[in-house]
Amino acid sequence: MKNEKQLRTFKVFAIKEGTVIDHIPAGQALKIIQILKLYSHDHIVTTGLNFPSKTLGKKDIVKVENRELTQDEANKLAILAPTATINIIRNFELAKKFLVEIPKQLSKVIFCPNPKCITNHENMHTLFYTKKEKVGLKLQCHYCEKIFSQNDIKEYCV
Amino acid sequence: MATNLKGRDIISIKELSKEEILAILKNAYDLKKSPKPKLLDGYVMGSCFFEPSTRTRLSFETAMQRLGGRVVGFADPSVTSSKKGETLYDGMKIIGQYVDAIAMRHPLDGSARRAAEATDKPILNGGDGANQHPTQTLLDLFTIKECQKKLEGLDIAMVGDLKYGRTTHSLAQALTHFGARLYFVAPDSLQMPSYICDELAEKKIKFSLHSKIEEVINKVDILYMTRIQGERFADPMEYEKIKNVFVLNAKMLEKSRANMKVLHPLPRVGEIETNVDTTKHAYYFEQAENGLYARQALLAMVLGKIK
Ligand SMILES: [Zn+2]
Repeated sequence: MKNEKQLRTFKVFAIKEGTVIDHIPAGQALKIIQILKLYSHDHIVTTGLNFPSKTLGKKDIVKVENRELTQDEANKLAILAPTATINIIRNFELAKKFLVEIPKQLSKVIFCPNPKCITNHENMHTLFYTKKEKVGLKLQCHYCEKIFSQNDIKEYCV
Repeated sequence: MATNLKGRDIISIKELSKEEILAILKNAYDLKKSPKPKLLDGYVMGSCFFEPSTRTRLSFETAMQRLGGRVVGFADPSVTSSKKGETLYDGMKIIGQYVDAIAMRHPLDGSARRAAEATDKPILNGGDGANQHPTQTLLDLFTIKECQKKLEGLDIAMVGDLKYGRTTHSLAQALTHFGARLYFVAPDSLQMPSYICDELAEKKIKFSLHSKIEEVINKVDILYMTRIQGERFADPMEYEKIKNVFVLNAKMLEKSRANMKVLHPLPRVGEIETNVDTTKHAYYFEQAENGLYARQALLAMVLGKIK
């Protein structure tokens, strides 16, 4: 499971303990850092942009030292990076690998794009229901009940 | 029929099951036939109108008073603390401590849902921005049932601004319970949004899109007219061109079905000529009156006095 080739990506900037978020669609790494609040992480966070990727063409990678991402945290990335893979590294070795799952509900992850939505006028959390489509994802606001596609989402709760 | 709406918020028509809708209509029917002027004796309804809507407000307030209840509230948001920067949440939490149920209208989408989080008292949504107005849908269904003696399997046309008109969206969604055949008559730029059409298709409801009232008027049991607002058009010329296409007059009704009734959520501006009023097809004033009974039924049910 951890042969030389598979670990190449991590060796570029090998880490001892932590998480490597791989297969991020190019251009989304910085937003992921915001959503996961990694800018206030105490340890090293490394970001790589535009790595060549067989499946995505180009991909970004985020490497977080001394923090293991949980499935729930990873699922917050469902809108930005549904293709992301989460690699948990312990003592330089790949200890666990999992995919982002699209949760049924997204709480406190995105802002509602509807300017007349109550959530944009009161100091309160947002809540969205997700529905998988043939391509992509539809998101319905719990409050204003409007339905959005992934591309409509411009702002993330940070 | 085991339905119990005691303590429930009525925010969105989609949250009501077919059985619950039918129970509300049955109670509205009973209250229309035999008034119960003491039913809500001792209860107080908060009437919170953060945006003026005289008709909806008077209908809710009269409904409460006709059942023997009392009303407190405001019709003008400038008198409330929201002008001073108080959140809707805080405001509704406090009002909820004074009253037994709250009828509210607010200009922001989702405000009724938010208010319901602030208080345990039932919230009756009288319109949250462009989102929902469930009591309008209930009175529409009640009226359709009243004038057609049934709800199942009717041919129903909706005319006018179907893109922005929440009334027609909610009614179309509610009619999925009753196997209606729907005709949507609107200018191309104001046709029924695709998410509603998708929902109808998913539920196997037959519908078609039209650009002239004449294409459907002789095929339907209900002609549901709505207003087209000039503001919806970026180009005033476009509005001038289409506005007369979606106007109903008495002559157009000559070959319609004998049982066909014309409905309209009111206020109308020019889309139903007054010569329609005296035909056997006009039913929009009865419809407006029925708001009273639908709201009475809801109030009595969420307060647990009837099932
Ligand atoms: Zn919203």
